[in-house]
Amino acid sequence: MMHEPQTLKAADTTTKMTARDVKVFYGEKQAINGVSIDVDMDNVTAFIGPSGCGKSTFLRTLNRMNDTVASARVEGSITLDGEDIYASTMDVVQLRARVGMVFQKPNPFPKSIYENIAYGPRIHGLASSKADLDVVVEKSLRRAGLWEEVKDRLHDSGTALSGGQQQRLCIGRAIAVEPEVILMDEPCSALDPIATAKIEELIHELRGRYAIVIVTHNMQQAARVSQRTAFFHLGELVEYGVTSDIFTNPRQERTKDYITGRYG
Amino acid sequence: MAEHTIKAFDQEMDKLRGLIAEMGGRAESAIEKAMLALQRHDKEMAAQVVADDKRIDAIEAEVEKLAIEIIALRAPMANDLRDVIAALKIVSVVERIGDYAKNIAKRVPMVATNQRMLEPVSLLPSMGQVAAEMVHDVLNAFAARDADLALAVVERDTVVDDFYNSVFRALVTFMVENPKTISECAHLLFVAKNIERIGDHATNVAEMVYYAATGQTLPERERGGTQPLED
Repeated sequence: MMHEPQTLKAADTTTKMTARDVKVFYGEKQAINGVSIDVDMDNVTAFIGPSGCGKSTFLRTLNRMNDTVASARVEGSITLDGEDIYASTMDVVQLRARVGMVFQKPNPFPKSIYENIAYGPRIHGLASSKADLDVVVEKSLRRAGLWEEVKDRLHDSGTALSGGQQQRLCIGRAIAVEPEVILMDEPCSALDPIATAKIEELIHELRGRYAIVIVTHNMQQAARVSQRTAFFHLGELVEYGVTSDIFTNPRQERTKDYITGRYG
Repeated sequence: MAEHTIKAFDQEMDKLRGLIAEMGGRAESAIEKAMLALQRHDKEMAAQVVADDKRIDAIEAEVEKLAIEIIALRAPMANDLRDVIAALKIVSVVERIGDYAKNIAKRVPMVATNQRMLEPVSLLPSMGQVAAEMVHDVLNAFAARDADLALAVVERDTVVDDFYNSVFRALVTFMVENPKTISECAHLLFVAKNIERIGDHATNVAEMVYYAATGQTLPERERGGTQPLED
């Protein structure tokens, strides 16, 4: 059982989010068992582990997405820049703008490409005029690596794009509200290898501007995109370390068995 | 160690280990035969060592091909990755060890048969034996992922170095007293140097085995000086 926080700090990195002894229950069933971890601002963190290990559940605690599940209950503390995100004073809508999320299947709104990006900034009051909004849309689409492909058809429907483009549109939508953290829950599992490579390259470009946490079933993807890897098993955080160490010389037997394909 | 979920991966890793074990056995036997041929002045046996070296070279190529396939198709991780990389590096070193044995065998016809000649180098067969055992043990260590056995091999390298220094002094003294033997003694000096290099290579393999088994690199060790370069 691991309750000690696993912190990996280099002198020049800053902790963006901190979780301490986090437990998650779905009704009677405990899904997360005392996870403590620091999410770094400057490094991409990957959560890996077999199905049902709790990695997605834990990811969802980081922007209170589990609030939408009636039976879910979260214990322990999670802070964003030192601020308790489960405090009663926390505005959850505001929190989810600060801690954005990208899901497994691309889920653009059934609206135009432009509106997909503009919707968030508009309701959050981040742009006051059409000109401001145009700037936000272009900037977000550029950061999402999609601008060149869609600049001439911004008023086409977002759902008419290819799967990979739709996923980058969703990343652009998350970026548009100027988040501090972006959570990605298996963002490439519905994409082909080329679209996957584009998302991975995008993650690389966004690193440092946003704290990024990615859940992935694809260990090669974790190895490619992250600098920190956390291995979850049976609701516990088994090992958290520098990605290159985890994949060449993991300390825990369970981590080794999983990443070498011996997990029985 | 637990088996891989994909059985074919285990079979390929077993094959890799099997090839390296065979290669090591052949290199060890090449050293022993070359030294025996030298002692007995057995040119046929020496020629056999030279011919057998082709199989060692062939195994190196086979291991390289298999290791590249494993990396490409299985994407090995952690200890598996370290094993495959170690296998790649080990075969190139063992191939060199085979070459040194072959080089010793090639000198057999150039060294005289008279017993008096071998007196100053009575240490050579024992020296060869220690080096052959190092090769044997280090490849067993790889097969068994035995870091302690690898360490023991590293420590034995000083024995070979000490032998080399003694043989070197004995040969120089002998050459001074018997200038007519200089040509043959020069060959024996190369034989001694070859065995000394085999010891060094076995030590390098031991370092790779240690890394593959533990994930840690061995701290830089003090190397014993060899004549005529003490440091």
